[in-house]
Amino acid sequence: MQVRGYLALLTAVVAGVAGLSLGCSDGGDPVSAAPPVEAGPVALRRLTAEQYAASVQDVLGDHITVPGRIDPDERREGLLSVGSTFAGVTPSGLEKYEAAAAVIAEQALDAEHRRDLVRCEPASEGASDDACARSFLGRIGRRLFRRDLSDQEVEARVAVASMAANTLGSFYQGLELALSSLLVSPDFLFRVERSEPDPDDPSRIRLTATSVASRLSYLIWNTTPDDELLDVAVDGSLLDRAVLAAQVDRLLESTRAEVGIRALFSDMLDFRQFDDGLVNKDAALFPAFTQTIARDSKEQTLRTVIDHLSAGRDYRDLFTTRRTFLSRELGQVYRVPVVTQFGFEPHVFESELPRSGLLGHASLMSLHSHAGRSSATLRGKFVREVLLCQDVPTPPADIDFSIVEDTESELRTARDRLEVHVSNDNCAGCHNLMDPIGLAFENFDATGVYRETENGVTIDATGELDGVSYDGPVEASEAVRNHPNLGPCFVQTLFRYTVGREAVESEWDLVSYLGEQFEESGFNSSDLIRAIVLSDGFLTTSGPREAQDVSSEEAQP
Amino acid sequence: MTKRFDRRSLLRGTLAGGAVTMGLPLLDCFLNDNGTALAQGAPLPQRFGAWMWGCGTNPDRWNPSVAGENWELTPELVALGRELPGGGLARDQVSVLSGFDVSLGGRPNFPHTGGLVSTTTGTVPLEDGVYVEPTLDSIIAQEIGKTTRFRSLEMSATGNPNQFYSYEARGVPNAPEVSPAALYTRVFGPDFADPNAGPFVPDPRLMLRQSVLSVVKEDRERLARELGAHDRQRLDQYFTSVRQLEQQIDVLLAGPPDLESCAKAPEPGAEDVGSEVSQSRLTNKLMAEILSFALACDQTRVFSMMFSYRLSGLRQAGSNSEHHQLTHDEAIDAQLGYQPEATQFVFDSMDAWVDFLEPLSAIPEGDGTLLDNCLVYAHSDVSFAKVHGVVGIPQMIAGSAGGAIKPGIHVPGNASETTRVGLTIQQVMGLPVERWGTLSMEAGLPVNEILV
Repeated sequence: MQVRGYLALLTAVVAGVAGLSLGCSDGGDPVSAAPPVEAGPVALRRLTAEQYAASVQDVLGDHITVPGRIDPDERREGLLSVGSTFAGVTPSGLEKYEAAAAVIAEQALDAEHRRDLVRCEPASEGASDDACARSFLGRIGRRLFRRDLSDQEVEARVAVASMAANTLGSFYQGLELALSSLLVSPDFLFRVERSEPDPDDPSRIRLTATSVASRLSYLIWNTTPDDELLDVAVDGSLLDRAVLAAQVDRLLESTRAEVGIRALFSDMLDFRQFDDGLVNKDAALFPAFTQTIARDSKEQTLRTVIDHLSAGRDYRDLFTTRRTFLSRELGQVYRVPVVTQFGFEPHVFESELPRSGLLGHASLMSLHSHAGRSSATLRGKFVREVLLCQDVPTPPADIDFSIVEDTESELRTARDRLEVHVSNDNCAGCHNLMDPIGLAFENFDATGVYRETENGVTIDATGELDGVSYDGPVEASEAVRNHPNLGPCFVQTLFRYTVGREAVESEWDLVSYLGEQFEESGFNSSDLIRAIVLSDGFLTTSGPREAQDVSSEEAQP
Repeated sequence: MTKRFDRRSLLRGTLAGGAVTMGLPLLDCFLNDNGTALAQGAPLPQRFGAWMWGCGTNPDRWNPSVAGENWELTPELVALGRELPGGGLARDQVSVLSGFDVSLGGRPNFPHTGGLVSTTTGTVPLEDGVYVEPTLDSIIAQEIGKTTRFRSLEMSATGNPNQFYSYEARGVPNAPEVSPAALYTRVFGPDFADPNAGPFVPDPRLMLRQSVLSVVKEDRERLARELGAHDRQRLDQYFTSVRQLEQQIDVLLAGPPDLESCAKAPEPGAEDVGSEVSQSRLTNKLMAEILSFALACDQTRVFSMMFSYRLSGLRQAGSNSEHHQLTHDEAIDAQLGYQPEATQFVFDSMDAWVDFLEPLSAIPEGDGTLLDNCLVYAHSDVSFAKVHGVVGIPQMIAGSAGGAIKPGIHVPGNASETTRVGLTIQQVMGLPVERWGTLSMEAGLPVNEILV
C-alpha cells in the first residue's frame, strides 16, 4: 500500500516504530510546541466557480444571478482547490468571463439597486461624473481585488466610465463598463498570493497582510474579505498574532462559516458531480431515482456535516452519527416518514436501520456507483483515498476483468465476481485494499436504497479494514470512524485545501503536529482551522512557485 | 480595401466621432496570415478539426488489409460505406491510418491516457492524466486561429463539462461546449452579423468593450514581477486570451462575413444531453450542423469534438454497464471472436464519425464542398481497450485540405509513431515544423502517401 506524504511517517508511528523523531529540533515535547517549518511556495489561484459567484454576490448584491457559463474547475490531488493553482484563462474562458461580467454589471447597476450600491448621485444621469465614478470604483474595486487599488488603476477605470457614459448618454451604463473591467481583470479572477521578507527576521518570507486576509476569508467563508478584515489587512495589523487570532474567531463564529464548511466538503467529496447533473442512473433499472433525489441527497449530507461540525462535535463521529436532515423525497429512499412538505427537517435514524454516518447516506453510495449497478471497488477506493489518504495504485495496463461482470454465470453477487480478482496475483494487491471495505456496503444499491439480496442471493456484507473485521455497513462505518488515519487524513486534506497544494516535505512535521493538536482538541474542526491559520505553514512561504519542466525528464524507475 | 475605409467612417459616425478617443483597431478579419486581402477570388480558408472517440476498436476487425486506394470496408468500418450529401461515399473522403504506434520509451502506460496524451501532444506523460504540452488542435489554433472571431471551438458529446480533450498549455484545458443550444447562441446569437439581415450597423458597445480590455492590459508588467515562472506563463496566457478577445471584437465591428457560402445556421432541434449512446449521437450531429455553418462563415478555422471520453461512458439505455467497463469486463465470445456488447459501441462511434462529416459535406464551397477545405483528424486513445493497447492506435483523416492531401487512402503505419500523423497535419496546415514530438515519440517523416 502506498501512503501519501506525511502519512507515510504517521503509518510508521502507528506501527510502533520507536524513537522516530518528529523533527522537533529543540528537543522539546513534540506535542506541545509547533515544530519549525519551511513552508512551500505560493501560487496564483484562479477563483473557483463557487468563489467567483460568492464574491460577486457579496460585493455587488445577493440579487445578482451569476451566469453558470464560466469555465469549469479542474480537480488535482483530489481537490478543485489544488486545481485552481494550475488553472488558466483560455480564449474561450475569457470570452465567458467577459460575457458574465457584462451580465453581472447590468444587474448590479439596475434601476432598483444602483443607489444602494453606488452611494453617490451623479450630477446628471445622462453624462459622466468622474467624482462619483471614482468613489464607487475605488470602494468596490478594493473588495473585488482584495486590496487597495492604486490611483492609476482607479483613474484608468474612471476614464472608461467617462468615455462610455458620454458615448451612451448614461452615467450608469458608463459605470457598467468600468465595473466590467474590474470583473475581467486578472487581479479579480486570480488570487495573487504575495510575499515579502519579514522585517523582524529577513530570512523568513511571509505572506503580505492582504494575502493573509484573502487566504483566511476564502478558507473560512469561501468569499472575498469583508471591509473589517480588509481594514486590518491594509493597515498591516493583521500580521500581529493577536489581531489575526481575533479575526479567525470572528470569521469562525459567523454563520457564514457554514458556507466555508459546505465548500470544503463539496470539494473533498466531489459533490460538484451532483451540481452538474452527472449522478445519473439507468431509468429502466432504477425508475425511482430522480435528479431531485440526487440533489437532495447531496444536501442531506452537507447539512449533516455543517450541523455536526458547527456544534463542535468530533470529526470522526461524522461516520457514525445518526443525526441527519431529510426531505420528503429522501424519506422514500430511506423508507421513513417525513412531515415537512418542502425543504428539510432534522431526523435521527433509528438504531435498527443500517444507516450510520455519512457512508450510510444515499449521496455517497450513489456517487460511488455506476449508472447501472453498485461498485464495491469505487466505494472502497473512496474510503481509502479520500477518507484515509491512502493511495490505491492505478490498475496494471494489461488486465483482464472479463469474469467480473459475467452476470450470466454462476457468479451472482459482486462478492463472487470480485473474489476472482483476489485469486489473480496481478489484481489482488489493489483489490484487497478496496473491495473488503466496499463489500460491506453492498446492502446499498447503486442509488443507496437498502437491499438484502443481489440476483436472488443473500448479500454477505462481511469484511475487514486494516485488521478490524465487521459485518455490514454499520460495523464497517465504525471501523472507518476508529481508523487511526481518519483524523490525520482530514488534517492533511484541509492543509492542502488551504494552501492549494500538497504539503511539501519540509511541512510534514507541521502537518503531523497539527494532527496531534486535532486529536487533543477532540477532533474539533474549528480548533484545527485556528491552528492552521496561526501556523507558519499558513503565514510564511518559500516564495513564488517556479516552473517545473517534466516533459524532458526521464521516467522514474 | 475600399470597403474597410467605408466601414471605418461608418463607425466614426456611429460613435459620434471625437467622443471615442482610442484608435480604431486594424480590421484583421479582412487579412489572412500573410496580410493579403481575403476578398472574393482569394483562396478559401482551410480548417483543421480533431474528433476523438474513446476505447478504440478490435484492430483485427477494423484495420483494412489492402494498402493504397483499394482498401476494403472491414467489419468495423462499414459506416464509411455511407453516401455523403456532397456526393460519393464517405470512404472516398476518408484516409485510414492503421498500425501507427505509441512507443512509450520506458515510461508507464497509464491506462487510456498514455496513448492519448502521446498521440495528441507528442510527449509520453509522466504523470497520469497530466498534460504538459498543448494538444495538436491548440498548436494549430495558435497559428491559424488569430484572424477569426473564435480562435477555436471545442465541443463534446459526452454531456460532462468536466471532461477535457483539448489542452491549451500545461495543465490548462480548453473547456468544451456540451450543449448544442449553448454553442448555437455563442456563434449565432445576437452578436453574429447576419449577411442576409439588411444593412449592417455596428453596436457602439463593441468599441467600448475594447476599451475595457485595454485597461486590463495595463497591469501586466506589475503582476508579472510578482509571480514565479510557472505563474507568469499562466498570466501570459491570460493576456494572449485578451488579445484574442480584442480580435473577436474587431471581427464583429467589421460586419458580416464576405463569403458566398455563409448563412446564419438554423436553430438546432431539441437537445438531449447525456451519455446514453443515442444522446451522444444526437449531440454530435446537432453540433456538427452548427459547426458547418460557423466554418462556412469563417467564424473559426479550428475545432475539436470529443464524441466519447477516453474512459468511454457511452451506455445503451437499460444496460447496467458502460462502454469502458464492458471493454474490460465482457468476455470475448468464443464463436464471434470479439466482445459483442462492447463492439456495438465501436459501430456507434464509426457511425457518429460519418454523422459528423455529413454536414461538412453538405455545404457547397468553391468548386466542391466545405469538407474539401477541411482536414478532420479522427483517432482514439487505445487500439484494443481490453488490454489498454497503444500499438496500432486507430487514426483517420477526412477532407482534402484545399487539395493539399489525397483522401481515400489506407496507409499502414508499420509500427512507426502516431506523431507522424500530427506532424503531417501541422505541415499541411502551414506550420513550419520539420519534426514533432519528444524522445520516443519524436517523428520526422510525414505520411507522404496522403500528400499531393
